[in-house]
Amino acid sequence: MTNSIADIQTADTMFITGSNTTENHPVIGAQLKRAVKAGKKLIVADPREIEMAEYADVFLKIKPGTSVALHNAMMNVILEEGLEDKAYIQNTTEGFDELKKVVEKYTPEYVADICEVDAEDIRKAARLYGEAGTATIIYCMGITQHVTGTESVMTLSNLAMLTGNLGKAGGGVNPLRGQNNVQGACDMGALPNVFTGYQPVTNEAIVKKFEDAWGVKLSDKPGLTITDTVKAIEEDRVKMLYVFGENPMISDPDTKHVEKALKKAFVVVQDLFLTETAELADVVLPAAAYAEKDGTFVNTERRVQRVRKAVDAPGEAKPDWVIFMEIMNRLGYEKQYKDAEEVFEEIRQVTPQYAGISYERLETKGIAWPCPTEEHPGTPILHIGKPARGAGLFKAIEFVESEELGDPEYPLVLTTGRILYQYHTRSMTGKTEGINKIAPESYIEMNPELAKKKGIKDGDVVKVKSRRGEVQIKAKVTDRVEENVLFIPFHWSEGANVLTNGEVFDQFSKIPGLKVTGINVEKLA
Amino acid sequence: MINLKINGFEVQVEQGATILQAAEKIGIKIPTFCYDDRFKPHGSCRICVVEVEGARSLMTACCIPASDGMVVQTESEAVVEARKEILDLILANHPLDCLTCEQAGRCTLQDLCYQYDMEETSYDGKRKSYEKDVSNEFYTADQTKCILCGKCVYMCSQVQNTDALCFVDRGFETHIGTPFEQGIAESTCVSCGNCVSVCPVGALMPKRREKYRYWEVDKVQTTCSYCGVGCQMELLVKDNKIMEVLPVKGHCNEGLLCVKGRFSFDFVSHPDRLKKPLIRKNGELQEATWDEAYDVIVNKIKEVKDHDGPDAVAAFSSARGLTEDNYLMTKMMRAVIGTNNVDHCARL
Ligand code: SF4
Ligand code: SF4
Ligand code: SF4
Ligand code: FES
Repeated sequence: MTNSIADIQTADTMFITGSNTTENHPVIGAQLKRAVKAGKKLIVADPREIEMAEYADVFLKIKPGTSVALHNAMMNVILEEGLEDKAYIQNTTEGFDELKKVVEKYTPEYVADICEVDAEDIRKAARLYGEAGTATIIYCMGITQHVTGTESVMTLSNLAMLTGNLGKAGGGVNPLRGQNNVQGACDMGALPNVFTGYQPVTNEAIVKKFEDAWGVKLSDKPGLTITDTVKAIEEDRVKMLYVFGENPMISDPDTKHVEKALKKAFVVVQDLFLTETAELADVVLPAAAYAEKDGTFVNTERRVQRVRKAVDAPGEAKPDWVIFMEIMNRLGYEKQYKDAEEVFEEIRQVTPQYAGISYERLETKGIAWPCPTEEHPGTPILHIGKPARGAGLFKAIEFVESEELGDPEYPLVLTTGRILYQYHTRSMTGKTEGINKIAPESYIEMNPELAKKKGIKDGDVVKVKSRRGEVQIKAKVTDRVEENVLFIPFHWSEGANVLTNGEVFDQFSKIPGLKVTGINVEKLA
Repeated sequence: MINLKINGFEVQVEQGATILQAAEKIGIKIPTFCYDDRFKPHGSCRICVVEVEGARSLMTACCIPASDGMVVQTESEAVVEARKEILDLILANHPLDCLTCEQAGRCTLQDLCYQYDMEETSYDGKRKSYEKDVSNEFYTADQTKCILCGKCVYMCSQVQNTDALCFVDRGFETHIGTPFEQGIAESTCVSCGNCVSVCPVGALMPKRREKYRYWEVDKVQTTCSYCGVGCQMELLVKDNKIMEVLPVKGHCNEGLLCVKGRFSFDFVSHPDRLKKPLIRKNGELQEATWDEAYDVIVNKIKEVKDHDGPDAVAAFSSARGLTEDNYLMTKMMRAVIGTNNVDHCARL
């Protein structure tokens, strides 16, 4: 997030898109609802009528995969009606003219057809956003998990820059991170192209710096993403896969391919449980849970917070970092760490954003990075004054219809997401009885009209087919979704990812297009 | 700035601060049942009354703003008498089953009765009787214990913003319920348990997995391991096992949790946890020692590296692991194995 959780509630207008906040980030959801009750304005864009929609001044029930068009249309209206921040554009941005040219044709009327919403609602949304003193954008996987996800995020930045809403309190473009420590994993360079703190592996000086710090020669060739890895295994380029705390058998798109890859490579899995992925492994290592170790998590607002050991790990399970250290030692790398704090001290030394953070400082409260020195209070709001890269660059982007759609054999649109009670692949939540009573099994949401046409009743088991697979699943008939849109939560193995597309990625982020899949549904004979 | 005197001590506070906040500032504790700084002031229980020099009646410290020159007594005879009267009235309608009540040790009523030597009520009369609502999977609501402080209602309506709870009926029959009295399971309740956390007595209680007393547990503050909000919480631990999770007022969560953070901790001590390394032998995963497992892994890494180069090894790191775990995972891959093939599911 560019701004903090506390800060986004101070915006005059909030634009929530592709985030089912009350279910996926419940505590932020509660805070945003409070802000709306106190008079803040709310725009919600989502293919489903999520709870936040009830609180919205404008709710845009858009067709999945059409966000780029919507954002362009909002900019079109803002420019048409002169709501842009001319001084901000002039002083801090580049590329405005091209943006203007591109969004010109995205009139509300034109986009209303693409998004399947009312043109007047697009205008209302644009005005609410454009006329606000401060306006914040909050988004999640509903924006990023598309083949055009990165572009969609760029259009959100465009929108924020156009109205001067970057780098100020109550503004910003704020992705909500799904898992507890996605931010920390990214910060630590658990990405194929960067070291810690987003320092590129392709930069000679950076490589040199890490070579000095770690005392070894390093590769400057970017590595493989998860999805590329699966492909590389199929093509025999990768022979061994080490899976730490992930369950790609359920979480990755296109389960069939993942399974094939896991069976083919030599696989090590390190986890709390014998997950669906661990069952296919060659070696499984027992890991300690969060309550069994000391360390840190970094939340969605970049705040580094302490995790503290409360109980002993069962049997011989060990903290993950201890396992990595012991393997490194056995491979001849001698460095030993006596505790997590010593690991953190090394992180500080090689990561400028973390340099000022220490366990001692974290004892009383979390600190948001960048925090360059011990005296620095941390940075709850990024880009104050101007964007981090100097001038903010507008990237004009055209809307492209998802290739998933338009196949007459699979005319319906499937979208996926999380639900309140379960988490990820359920390896943790699925162990709580009460949770399983409330959310026992997978289901597919479908509109009453569609159900009627297909002769399906609430609770019937239906057959759902896509180009990649087929599942049988219970129908939940609800007008939360439009007639041609369906939704499956992704927590269950008998679920969404059997159907989704693991082959077509966003060209920048390599995120697979999970949120739009062409499907067909039939009643089970 | 405002200057006042509480129990003879000078204190300076900002304009708008309440007497309660002023007292807190110098470590003087004034009891409360219904106050919470996250709610709009409502002053319904009156247990926080204090004596203000020159005022005609006692004042509720939680809602009256401090004013310049105020002279306050928090435990004067009149104050103590008033508090005892309030407790007396509450006890007239409260089952005195502290011996078995699970809130014991965390109960404001119990604590205040002890503080003011209230053993029993002097009233005799009709007692409330309600059936306990056990319909929610994670907590119970026992209206016979409710002192009508309203905290649960305000928590749900002003802070959690789910509006599942409300006052039902009037007069002696007043109690906490759901809008259509359909029971909590059928209401809009999302089982966040935030009402349960603020109930000052044993009316709203988590459903326990096993028995523990609040004085038996160790408390460890940590960060929730589910979503990216990063709520702060306290694990209550007895005999090396998590008994309950309570919210802590952190930066990002303001003392709130959701159903996952508050109630879904059974996985930690679940019998299915992996306890030993496993190695596939003859097609089956079999238990092994750490040495054996490490040998297999290290030999395989060396073999693949020798044969196909370091880029034939890849790793998926974890968005659920610690920052420190992730750091050493990436260091292992980059510095020791020699490849940048490390990614995690930020994208998924
Ligand atoms: S558990 Fe949460 S949602 Fe349910 S009544 Fe209590 S505060 Fe409201
Ligand atoms: S249930 Fe508890 S919190 Fe709610 S009014 Fe009664 S005593 Fe207060
Ligand atoms: S308690 Fe709920 S909202 Fe808070 S971090 Fe945990 S999962 Fe997220
Ligand atoms: S605490 Fe002040 S009136 Fe209840």
